[in-house]
Amino acid sequence: MMGTVNQPHKVEVPARPAPPRGVLLAQWSAELRILLVAVLLAAYFEFANHDFLLTNASLVNLSQFVAPVAIIAFGEIMLMIGGDIDLSVGMVFAFAPFMMVFASNAGAPMWLAFVAGVASAALVGFVNGAVTVWLRLPSFVTTLGTLFLVNGITLTASRGTPVEAPGSPTFAGIMGAWGYSEIVWTVALALIMHILLRHTRWGLHTQAAGANPLGASEAGIHVNRLRLGNFVIAGMLAGLTGILEGFRITSIDPQAGGNQITFLAIAAAVIGGTPLTGGSGTIIGGLIGAAVLGILNDGFTLIGVNAFMFNIILGAAILAAMVFNIHVGRVRRKGGQR
Amino acid sequence: MSEAQTVADSGTAASAPLAMRGEQLVKRFGAVTALDGISFTLGEGEILGILGDNGAGKSTLVKILTGFHQQTEGTLHVHGQETLLRSVDHARALGIECVYQDLALANSLSIYHNMFLNREILRRGPFRLVDHRRMRERAAQCLEDIGVHVPSVDLPVERLSGGQRQAIAVARAVNSNARILLLDEPLAAMGAREAALIIDLVLRLKEKGGLSIIMIMHNYAQTLDIADRVMLMQRGRVTFEQRSAQTSVPELMEIVRREYRAMRASGAR
Repeated sequence: MMGTVNQPHKVEVPARPAPPRGVLLAQWSAELRILLVAVLLAAYFEFANHDFLLTNASLVNLSQFVAPVAIIAFGEIMLMIGGDIDLSVGMVFAFAPFMMVFASNAGAPMWLAFVAGVASAALVGFVNGAVTVWLRLPSFVTTLGTLFLVNGITLTASRGTPVEAPGSPTFAGIMGAWGYSEIVWTVALALIMHILLRHTRWGLHTQAAGANPLGASEAGIHVNRLRLGNFVIAGMLAGLTGILEGFRITSIDPQAGGNQITFLAIAAAVIGGTPLTGGSGTIIGGLIGAAVLGILNDGFTLIGVNAFMFNIILGAAILAAMVFNIHVGRVRRKGGQR
Repeated sequence: MSEAQTVADSGTAASAPLAMRGEQLVKRFGAVTALDGISFTLGEGEILGILGDNGAGKSTLVKILTGFHQQTEGTLHVHGQETLLRSVDHARALGIECVYQDLALANSLSIYHNMFLNREILRRGPFRLVDHRRMRERAAQCLEDIGVHVPSVDLPVERLSGGQRQAIAVARAVNSNARILLLDEPLAAMGAREAALIIDLVLRLKEKGGLSIIMIMHNYAQTLDIADRVMLMQRGRVTFEQRSAQTSVPELMEIVRREYRAMRASGAR
């Protein structure tokens, strides 16, 4: 009965300028689902161990697990929406801080060294995007290559040894040494990336390009430019995360980050409601997804479950999230054709 | 001036203004001749239905009219001006819009986002954010104007039926101030009810005025129902052209059959 065009001359369609409440709820349903999971998990661990959430130390601990995973996930989410993926982010994580250290050692002021570090990460992102888009390689393959390439460059340039984080205490404090600075960065970046995705042409076109690349180009959208740009964004965010973490632990380590952080970020994106199929995704969901991983990690540690157990739970959570997403998506589509 | 002369020469009703006119259009791809001298006219506010088998050259004709391909020979007039459509953007700038079979919709995006895809309304300010409220209003208004009923413009298009999605694709083309609308197989793979929905929509657009429509079709009865005039294309040529009221499905079938027999006979030789 819905979805029929009325007969000629019998038009009676009310204009719908503002979204009704139900629609607003539907728009945020993916985020609300994962938020519910996060709240339930936190409540459970708080119940099982009273020091879980509401002490300063555990909040700092939690935020420091969540922050790097979330920031890297934001870049991954933009790529996944456009139909791409970046496996090299964990290696860019270790690469960018060293470029910053080299710039600092060469005499650059700290702010400039920081810019140089982020710019070097952007360059890796640009190479990832250029090879993927112009040489038409699947991004999985491109970034698998740059994963090893960038790791090798970092290890060679650093001779495999960590160095002390440069800069004044104030600078280091803003950049991650203060307990909550990383989570402040994370929330600010989440807002910026959310606005980019939902409220700019760039974000909307990325979604369109991921959903229907041919259709998007027929509409005049420069699909390749978007994909390339999103690789640069993902690279920059990974580099920035590496720098923040370097300042936090006051040591720049060539072995930092790695594939663990890459796949945690992808897991956060998937659990948060961004499927690998492209066309849709959510930044806020990714942030909550990272929080869920953090809660699981801290919670199991506190109640005395070891790290091996954590991986079992993480694996099951990713599978459950994907099954849930696909299943709910199917039900919703059926529901739409009343 | 010479324009009016040629129109008179070609025997078309010189009084009716033309939205489009093709003269002896030829398109060759290497050794293959896809169009072998097609001449046609499209009156202002008229619906022209083009029928023909696969390989008759319909798709090639559409691609020339949308600026995707350029003809090898022949001339094209758009609103009385002789024009070589250099690109899709060029054709669009002249008010020629095409709804392709794949519809070019982004399924995960909402109806109103799709209707403004790559033509988003932006808010004032340094950040150039998109104005969701105005796009939503304008999309709802546009759909209301052409009588397309959807539960909400916020729905992602993946939750619409095939007919509704086709209607959204047509609405998007109309929304961009199209004056000439090309519909490539708009009723393909559609049930009777869905097809009726689109036929209603096209007739309503015609009634509103200001729009000339070319429909590439498969079904003879539906075409005679909806189009003012039908044109039959076979092997890159126009083999028949008549006002819908003055022909019938059996007549069209007979012409196709005759041509088919001739083809078989020449093939046997």
